[in-house]
Amino acid sequence: MALLNITSPHAHGRLTTGQIMRLVIYATLPGVFTLAYFFGIGVFLNLIIASVSALAFEAMVLKLRIRPVSFYLSDCSALVTAFLLAISLPPYCPWWLIVVGTFCAIVLAKQLYGGMGLNPFNPAMVAYVILLISFPIPMTQWATPHNIDGSHVVSISEALNKIFFGSTIDAYSSATVLDVMKQNSSLALEEFYKKEPLLANGSFASAAWEWVNIAFLAGGLFLLYRKIFTWHAPISMLISLAVMSVIFYDNGSSNSGGSPLFHLLSGATMFGAFFIVTDPVTSAVSKKGRIIYGAAIGILIYVIRVWGKGYPDGVAFAVLFLNFAAPFIDYYTTPRTYGHSKSRIVIAKDKETK
Amino acid sequence: MNTKHNSIKLWDFPGGIHPPENKTQSTQLPLGNLPIPPQLIIPLNQHLGTPAKPVVQVGDKVLAGQLIAEADGTFSANVHASSSGKVVAIDQFVLPHPSGLKGQCIQIETDGLHRFIATETCENYLTIEPFNLLAKIRTAGVAGLGGAGFPTAVKLTTKTTQEIDTLIINGAECEPYITADDMLMQTSAEEIVAGTFLISHILHNPQRIIIAVEDNKPKAIAALDKAIKNTEPPAEHAGVELAVIPTKYPSGGAKQLIQILTGRETPSGHHSADIGAVCVNVGTVTAAWRAVRFGEPLISRVTTIVGESLATQQNINVLMGTPIDFVLQHHGFEKTKASRVIIGGSMMGFTLPDLLAPVIKTTNCILAPSKQELPLPPPAQACIRCGLCSEACPASLLPQQLFWYAQAEDIERLEAHNIFDCIECGACSYVCPSKIPLVQYYRAAKGNIRNHKSEKEKADRSRQRFEFRKSRIEKEEAEKENKRLARKKAADEVKLKLAEQKLNTETTLVSNELISASTIPLVETTVTSDPKSNDYQPRHEEQKARLERILAAAKNSLESAQVPLKPKNPEFPITEEQLVRQQSRIKQAQLKLVEAEKKLNEFLESNTQVAEDPILRAEVRPQPKPTQSPEEKLRANIEALQARLIKAIEKAEQAKTENSPSANALQLAVEKIKQKIEETENEFKELINSNKSNSE
Repeated sequence: MALLNITSPHAHGRLTTGQIMRLVIYATLPGVFTLAYFFGIGVFLNLIIASVSALAFEAMVLKLRIRPVSFYLSDCSALVTAFLLAISLPPYCPWWLIVVGTFCAIVLAKQLYGGMGLNPFNPAMVAYVILLISFPIPMTQWATPHNIDGSHVVSISEALNKIFFGSTIDAYSSATVLDVMKQNSSLALEEFYKKEPLLANGSFASAAWEWVNIAFLAGGLFLLYRKIFTWHAPISMLISLAVMSVIFYDNGSSNSGGSPLFHLLSGATMFGAFFIVTDPVTSAVSKKGRIIYGAAIGILIYVIRVWGKGYPDGVAFAVLFLNFAAPFIDYYTTPRTYGHSKSRIVIAKDKETK
Repeated sequence: MNTKHNSIKLWDFPGGIHPPENKTQSTQLPLGNLPIPPQLIIPLNQHLGTPAKPVVQVGDKVLAGQLIAEADGTFSANVHASSSGKVVAIDQFVLPHPSGLKGQCIQIETDGLHRFIATETCENYLTIEPFNLLAKIRTAGVAGLGGAGFPTAVKLTTKTTQEIDTLIINGAECEPYITADDMLMQTSAEEIVAGTFLISHILHNPQRIIIAVEDNKPKAIAALDKAIKNTEPPAEHAGVELAVIPTKYPSGGAKQLIQILTGRETPSGHHSADIGAVCVNVGTVTAAWRAVRFGEPLISRVTTIVGESLATQQNINVLMGTPIDFVLQHHGFEKTKASRVIIGGSMMGFTLPDLLAPVIKTTNCILAPSKQELPLPPPAQACIRCGLCSEACPASLLPQQLFWYAQAEDIERLEAHNIFDCIECGACSYVCPSKIPLVQYYRAAKGNIRNHKSEKEKADRSRQRFEFRKSRIEKEEAEKENKRLARKKAADEVKLKLAEQKLNTETTLVSNELISASTIPLVETTVTSDPKSNDYQPRHEEQKARLERILAAAKNSLESAQVPLKPKNPEFPITEEQLVRQQSRIKQAQLKLVEAEKKLNEFLESNTQVAEDPILRAEVRPQPKPTQSPEEKLRANIEALQARLIKAIEKAEQAKTENSPSANALQLAVEKIKQKIEETENEFKELINSNKSNSE
């Protein structure tokens, strides 16, 4: 009767990999809409271009690798990568920037390593860093949030012209709040807040970005609630970032790196914490390992933001650094198995000394 | 009274999952019964350990509860006839095993009367020594009914080093679908409690007695609560605690249950008894109780029959050896609807390849799900290292790491990651979003490692054997060599002495010849490119002396060989064998003598004939004795032979007159010489004739 010898367990949980990926995409939506609210239609255009090109590259490589295309596309992992990259890129950036980015993410960072589950580095972050180093000018030009004086709502035709034909748009900002903070070396923090429009227009951290971060936090908490990932990596990252900014707050002097709240709610902090750091493929495995992994990323983000030279945010670099370190962290954080008094690494050392 | 289940401190174990319980389907109907099947197939190995040995023969009539196969050693269990009837075969039948394995079974054709064998009851077990109670349990063939089938008597026989302070009666039944223990607790709570005290008595009254039930079985909990309240614990016994534990799979695993109730972990590679805890399944407790109280052997058990492809889903009392096919038919099994038949629950059960296999002591559930209920697993996707498996693992392993290493067959890393601490509960596979059959990988890896180890052991053993053999041979060779050297040394010493003696006697002779020989260089030395004239003399002299010595020795040995044999004891005549030996000795000596003579002659000739020029000498050499014609040669030969004949005849006659037993041999020698003379003479004549004809 049973040609296929099916072994235990015969029952399986309902959660599938495809579902996990789709849930991640849904969880980005609050952040995406908030971004769109402040920066306009360009956010959606980024998403569309990135999704289409990512799926196309994925299908192409699968075809070349003689793999079932629809089976692998249905896990939605390429779509997640596309979303994460599109959100990281500045709205209204040229279309080819996005296409080059998805090529780097899907083909170079993912498929060349063997496809899903085998990539050592976060594909979206690899692509982001390649673009940032190769095309620094378009990568650092962020649109001005619409709630700042002198900003201007970009129409669809303007956006399309900008993206596909490179025409310029008026009142197009060229600095992010993190850049602004880094440039400051003369004013005490309090004065600086009053003077700088990006900061002055914010309610508690910085204009627009505080809300974007809160939206991504909400999405992240939803995933945490659905047990898609554990709290260890994102929470330890946020805590270490906050601790770093407390240590180097310097009473709000001109040398201050910025308040903890400023760091937690600026740039890609929440997006990074809940959507990049939690990428299971490239992070450490055990709970202890994930705490170390997250904490190290938090520290590196602060270091790159405050003392780094000329990069808008440190999340991508910090994550890639720790991707390198993940296997190493895993090796030293193997949990103790039931019935064993020591964890594996200690046993391995015992063997060496024998 | 003694129940304090509300105040029991509980621990938690890491991981665990909450799969759909599916326990209500089979608990709607009360405990049912099956008609006696026409055929019973009773396997000899229904337990963990060696199969039992049959004690009946084909054609024997047996009664229900009669011993039909007895335990073979400690790790074995008795097997009894489940019903009355006739043994019709003792042969290989399909077993309930994931591989469809066949094994030795006793087939009984039932008579439908179910006549029972007389049994010995026991009113008060407290007066009986635990040792004798264990014997009763062993006689009844009780083995763990929870699933592993470990012989119960073995489990309850603790070592002197193991002090049992906690007895745990396992009624957790965490596995989905299975309700056999639940039903048993509902119907036989009194017996379970009584059996609990029995086992406590056997284990010398441990401090704590706990019956653990998951909180999803309220009826069982109520029944047990009532039974505990109604049972007065025997003197000196601790009261029974009823622990209601939170429902979480796999809390029913012995290691996990002990952890929940005591907070203690069983060290890897040890038994729970080593940490002072014994865990016994409720079904086993009941069987042990019946074995002692009523002398009833284990011939039936409660089994859950469940699954959407069945018309009736319930728990039944089923006789061991009932074919599963028979059980399913009585529950309205629709083969077309079923996706497969599983023995056990949905988490740890195995797919049954052949429905003819029988129910055995460990069959706690027959699950016949429909295709919608438990569909075939979808194809596995890539591992995304989400870590849900490590979250679920009750042993705190890293399942995804194990998965990579199992794929790579990296035995060292698998063992470093403690693959053998995996209890195969299936929690990791259950939660895996990519539906990777992780447990299957681990099972295969464990099998591989075991094979690898046994092969390595084998190889090691044969290598050891080989090395041992080699060293032994070497030792023997060395001993031989030593002996040989010792002998050689002794022989050399003797030779040296002899040579000295000879040298003394022959000095004069040798010195004479020396003078003539010293003037003539040796053949070899003339050929060498750089001859040293000083060397010629000693060499020549030595060689000649040596050859003469050899000649003398050969003459000596011939003489000694020709000495007529004299019996050491006149009463024993000399045997024929001795004669033959003497003859052969004479012959050898003669040969040696001839050889020695020849060598000496050659040597002397070469010395006398040697010229100063090697070329000249080379010319001379190929023509030995050109003056001697073949005729002369033959004539000389005949003369020599005739001389020998005369000598031989003399000797033979002498022997005859002395009545020596060697006379015959000497006579034989005479005859031989005569024959030889004749032959030579004939040859001579022929030669002369041919010469004549040639000249004509």
